[in-house]
Amino acid sequence: MSGAPAPVESPRRAVLLGVGNILLTDEGVGVRAVERFGERYVLPEGVEILDGGTSAMEMLDELENLDLLVVVDCVRVGRPPASVVVLTGDEVPAFFRQRLSPHQVGLSDVFATMLLTGRAPQAIVVIGVQPVAIELSMSLTPEVEAVMPEVLDAIHASFEANGYTVSPRQGEAREAA
Amino acid sequence: MSQRITIDPVTRIEGHLRVDVDVKDGFVSKAWSSGQMWRGVENILIGRDPRDAWAITQRICGVCTTVHAICSVRAVENALDLELPVNAQYIRNLIILAHAVHDHIVHFYHLSALDWVDVVSALKADPDKASALAESLSSWSGNSKHEFRKVKERLAGFVSTGQLGIFTNGYWGHPAMKLPPEVNLLAVAHYLQALEVQRHANKIVSILGSKTPHIQNVAVGGVSNPLAVDSQAVLTVERLMAVKGWIDKLADFVKNVYLVDVAAIGAFYADWTTYGRGIVEYLSVPDIPLDGKGTKFALPGGFLTDGDLKKYTSIKSFDDAYFRDGVSEAIKHSWYEYKGGDAVSLHPYDGETTPKYTDFQDDGKYSWLKSPTFYGKPAQVGPLSRVLAMLAEGHEPTVKYATETLDRVSSIAGATVGLEAMHSTIGRHAARAISCAVQVDELANQWDLLLGNMAKGDLKTFNRPTFPKGEQRGFGFHEAPRGMLSHWVVIEDGKIRNYQCVVPTTWNAAPRNEKDQPGAYEACLTGNPVADPEQPLEVLRTVHSFDPCLACAVHVLDKENESSVTVTAR
Repeated sequence: MSGAPAPVESPRRAVLLGVGNILLTDEGVGVRAVERFGERYVLPEGVEILDGGTSAMEMLDELENLDLLVVVDCVRVGRPPASVVVLTGDEVPAFFRQRLSPHQVGLSDVFATMLLTGRAPQAIVVIGVQPVAIELSMSLTPEVEAVMPEVLDAIHASFEANGYTVSPRQGEAREAA
Repeated sequence: MSQRITIDPVTRIEGHLRVDVDVKDGFVSKAWSSGQMWRGVENILIGRDPRDAWAITQRICGVCTTVHAICSVRAVENALDLELPVNAQYIRNLIILAHAVHDHIVHFYHLSALDWVDVVSALKADPDKASALAESLSSWSGNSKHEFRKVKERLAGFVSTGQLGIFTNGYWGHPAMKLPPEVNLLAVAHYLQALEVQRHANKIVSILGSKTPHIQNVAVGGVSNPLAVDSQAVLTVERLMAVKGWIDKLADFVKNVYLVDVAAIGAFYADWTTYGRGIVEYLSVPDIPLDGKGTKFALPGGFLTDGDLKKYTSIKSFDDAYFRDGVSEAIKHSWYEYKGGDAVSLHPYDGETTPKYTDFQDDGKYSWLKSPTFYGKPAQVGPLSRVLAMLAEGHEPTVKYATETLDRVSSIAGATVGLEAMHSTIGRHAARAISCAVQVDELANQWDLLLGNMAKGDLKTFNRPTFPKGEQRGFGFHEAPRGMLSHWVVIEDGKIRNYQCVVPTTWNAAPRNEKDQPGAYEACLTGNPVADPEQPLEVLRTVHSFDPCLACAVHVLDKENESSVTVTAR
């Protein structure tokens, strides 16, 4: 294995990854967002949804050599609670590089590993939601629940901006979008 | 005059752990281990259907997903006195063992090797000499000159891009780093190869568990995998053949690379066999059940005291009263309160999870972890406990791999290294590798048992549970990668009334108990050297040797806070 990027002629592969702990209120926003996105939108071939929970190296296989990785996560970026932020381009490496999280064996290590082996995704978008609460509960706070349409729109926009056609499912999807 | 070092959070582990040490004349004189997140996950389970508990508990933590799922169904099955089809045991056993092998490989190469291996020094290595050294130790195919030259080139390219900083808290150039450049290069090459190999273990878990990282196939009463010898839609012989192929590749790596590397690195750090001894009460449980009830096991376990193989009591079944009655948890130094006050220690069936936060008080409360004991004694759990128990039982594969490893260390170090050396920081790494070799062999064995049973025409994987009226109590235990895990459930009229998880890291990272006896980390850190208080690498070595996993795993990425080590002199 030389670790070279995937050859151009291979089909485009993208992953929509939700991370976080669903037992801790808004900490689970990433997982909840990708679940709902899958219920409401039809993803083109080659795009997969991954509920990463709080796992790490187990995800390596699915995250290597991607054309696009869209990560949805709970982030502390000094914004008001329930703010939605979208990080792209130069902002993304900082998101991974700084040891920001009490969850130490996480995405940062997977990303570091992919950089070392030359298999990091071609493009990464991080969609972050500033939490209102991270206490013990399996549902999101009403404030974060209220910005969910904005999160789903941001996911949709990230795929469209990278040349993927993502269309709403019939029926219920319309009101959500 | 002593200096206080606070490491908060400890990096390259799961969850939020804070460690404080007082350092006097270059050695740790006193230590405190503090879990910094409230793990009150049990409260979420109260009132729920016991059949759903496994799916929720596997979300406690990202590293230990499968282990909580397995332990939870075992607890409920124990409460219902439910026997499983033997196929369900074999399939669970395959998942358990594949997960353990994955976890041990990743822990050593990707999470803890950076404590011992100086990646930057590898750039000074002569790849041909490194290859010659590696080939003198092992027949592994990935030790060629060509391979090592390629790895050095890749590493040089990576370092030159300035991205090395992504491996946080790598203590490059630290005075406690002792490996020659060639051994560092060898370790980096195997780090990269381990990345490839760990995939095989993960694939086994995803094929059998239907999905990773969260498995879907477990159920109270068995597993939901339909077995078939012909149909395509289910777990077929063809898929199982692929699993066998991955098992063989894992076995090759574990025996010819991992075991050898631990011995080689251990031999260069012989002084670390004298640090990190701490508590020598060792608790493990038997696992890999071979019958539907859990009365016969492939891998034995029990309680060993005074670090003495002769002072050992075996734990014999999933319903073992000696185990059940021995566990209790104290909160004198934990941020909880019991109705009965701080002096009592409660059995998990009667456990209470009522938070009472104070500040960090050196002599008072200072951790979100409770302090568990076994018959009143703090105990170490993990691969070292497992290996010592299996040695005490005369388990042949364990005796073989332990002897082979100690002989190899002795030969590389040029001095006799005996079993006594295992009670140490480096000994915990050696035990993990020995355990991994035993487990990878058992993985192949369980595969044979499953296929053999299917060939006899037995394809049953599930016995439907029924929940009677009234109260049932049950416990489930599991020898997880990080050590003995237990779940305790009280069911009333088909709903959960109480649920307690006593997780491995709670045993090891526990604060002082009701008798002020230190937990395993605290005891093991005392006497550790610290060359440079600004870079307390040695403290991390001992803590990481336990493979910490604080099963509370909050995962909020914090863009504002970059600091991970605070040093205060006083």
